[in-house]
Amino acid sequence: MAKDWRRGSPGADIRLLQRTLNPKANPMGKTLFDKIWDSHVITDLGNGFVLLHIDRLLLHDMSGGKALKEAIEKGYPPAQPRLTYGTPDHTMSTQPGRTEKTHPPGEPLILSMRETTRAYGIKLFDLGQDGQGIVHVMGPEQGLTLPGTTLVCGDSHTSTHGGMGSLAFGIGSSELVHVIATQTMVQRKPKRLRASFEGKLMPGVTAKDMILHLIGELGTAAGTGYSVEYAGSAVRALPIEARLTLCNLTIEMGARTGMVAPDDTTYEYLNGRDYAPKGAMWDRAVAHWRALPTDPDAEFDREHTVDMKNVAPQITWGTSPEHVIAVDRAIPDPSTGPEEKRGAWEAALKYQGLEPGKPIEGTKVDWVFIGSCTNSRISDLRAAASIVKGRHKADHVTAWVVPGSVRIKQEAEAEGLDRVFLDAGFEWREPGCSMCLASNGERVPPGKRSVSTSNRNFVGRQGPGARTHLASPAMAAAAAIKGAIADVRKI
Amino acid sequence: MDKFTKVTGVATPLMRQNVDTDLIIRIERLVDNVTRDGLGPYCFEQIRFKPDGSEDPDCIFNQQPYRDAPIILSRENFGCGSSREGAVWALKGMGVRAVIAPYFGDIFNNNCFQNGLLPVALPIHEIEQLADEMKASPGNARVTIDLENCQVVSPTGRTIPFQIDARRQHAMLNGLDDIAQTMSHKDVITAWQSQDKTARPWVWL
Ligand code: SF4
Repeated sequence: MAKDWRRGSPGADIRLLQRTLNPKANPMGKTLFDKIWDSHVITDLGNGFVLLHIDRLLLHDMSGGKALKEAIEKGYPPAQPRLTYGTPDHTMSTQPGRTEKTHPPGEPLILSMRETTRAYGIKLFDLGQDGQGIVHVMGPEQGLTLPGTTLVCGDSHTSTHGGMGSLAFGIGSSELVHVIATQTMVQRKPKRLRASFEGKLMPGVTAKDMILHLIGELGTAAGTGYSVEYAGSAVRALPIEARLTLCNLTIEMGARTGMVAPDDTTYEYLNGRDYAPKGAMWDRAVAHWRALPTDPDAEFDREHTVDMKNVAPQITWGTSPEHVIAVDRAIPDPSTGPEEKRGAWEAALKYQGLEPGKPIEGTKVDWVFIGSCTNSRISDLRAAASIVKGRHKADHVTAWVVPGSVRIKQEAEAEGLDRVFLDAGFEWREPGCSMCLASNGERVPPGKRSVSTSNRNFVGRQGPGARTHLASPAMAAAAAIKGAIADVRKI
Repeated sequence: MDKFTKVTGVATPLMRQNVDTDLIIRIERLVDNVTRDGLGPYCFEQIRFKPDGSEDPDCIFNQQPYRDAPIILSRENFGCGSSREGAVWALKGMGVRAVIAPYFGDIFNNNCFQNGLLPVALPIHEIEQLADEMKASPGNARVTIDLENCQVVSPTGRTIPFQIDARRQHAMLNGLDDIAQTMSHKDVITAWQSQDKTARPWVWL
């Protein structure tokens, strides 16, 4: 029975389930997004607003403790503490041997989160404990993020969890208090956009390159007001960790939520994880999840297809994720770019200290950061280590590896990846957000150039004056070895 | 959240334009860990107190009968500037239940409705007349704000109608902030959840 769920096509019971999920028996098929959304509507509030049930609430140290306190002060204790999970990631140091005291400004936030979660019986994967990690790494790793569920967190990169087939989105601080108090949200339904990636991944290309390429094609505002579904043969072929990376950057094209339909890859990944259903319950859940993927005749408000032949390893050159090119291209010239973007391009090049028309490859790099909720999972660390192994970082480069969670760190150490990085002159650190946001004091110094596996290259994101280039873990590792932006395919 | 149905009391004419939220409460007071209920003493501190910390007798909030008055009369754009919700908490802490002005800062206006403080928009000539009537008989003059009937009754008995969004009026009359409004669907939520526990038991840990 244990392997029953692996069977291929849905049977009669699934079609029955599909009809249950779609009781109005609309002749038109439904999208994955609509199926999850519609099945979570508690009541219609009028004017296009609905009250949506939230299945999972994840908290982190930046806003978790504060929001819990505020809800409690308003007289609303957490409505569903058992659907709520927390972990500190944003505000503590990632220095080896760190505690909450290592970065003192973060300490009160971590203490307040500890105190409030304990008071209401909310499970906290605390500092120094098994399970602690970046909140968007922790959810899927623990099996808390399930297909077909709604999941929210006070962080815009919550879309990451969509890689598991979950409808996940980031929320603001007042919305967070609302969810704590009611386990619901007042929401208006977004439109649907399907981004299909067709074909095979070319050498050196990863999910990070796919999503950066897409943002480069569509721009950072294309997804505003949409929910995104990633589809196509290339997406189907991606392992779960890569799907999480893909969905992570959804917010960088303006959409709050991005998802990949669950399939056998999802169930393989999930089966046996701590909080995933077990035994007969598992079989029931999988039968339910098999009815979730978008029906063949479902319609989207917008469709976009990417031919994987055109996707090469990417690197950002400017101060927005849409400022992105293939690594073998020249730095764009604002005078030949679209007129409405000229000013922004010029300002970005000035901030980044780059000359238009020159190849981006070979640009000298001072820092390399491998980590963040985008690219800190075990497959990311393996990809970076495969480039680093037997080599040494360039002398002038400071290179950090910050694993996404305690478990990833342990797994990597068991495989000897820490040795690979340490022998190559990299630092091997404790799990957390670290240099992605620099809210824990870990910064790229002013004027220094960094190649980072994170998701934002905004002005000052990695520290005041820091110059960030986003890329995949292998590309970042290559930059550390060469001491300059490098094409991973040539290593 | 406190309900608001009807308030009768002294109205303080603070007849300036652009009373910003910085003037209402300084940001340091919100960082200094003063609790939400403890902000009253710091409300309008920059005009209520002299630099040496003593009360400024020239400030209308320090004069009778305006001390502890539940209503403020003001000119255009009351509550403009920073989005700090602490401005509303501070006013409430000082005993203010309603502010009458020609129009309000947008965010301040929203924040009021999350906290049971009523912003009433009236034409400036009406507000000036209310202020005059207040000053004419400082001991006895009272203003009434009747939310149910959407009208203000002046000290001389004139009734002045005002407008308010029906959803917000309902929320204020019943003491419902956003969360409270959702809570009014509590039975539906609970029913949905118990049905879901049968349909998708694996979600419920
Ligand atoms: S790693 Fe960066 S993007 Fe991800 S949750 Fe932390 S700060 Fe946010």
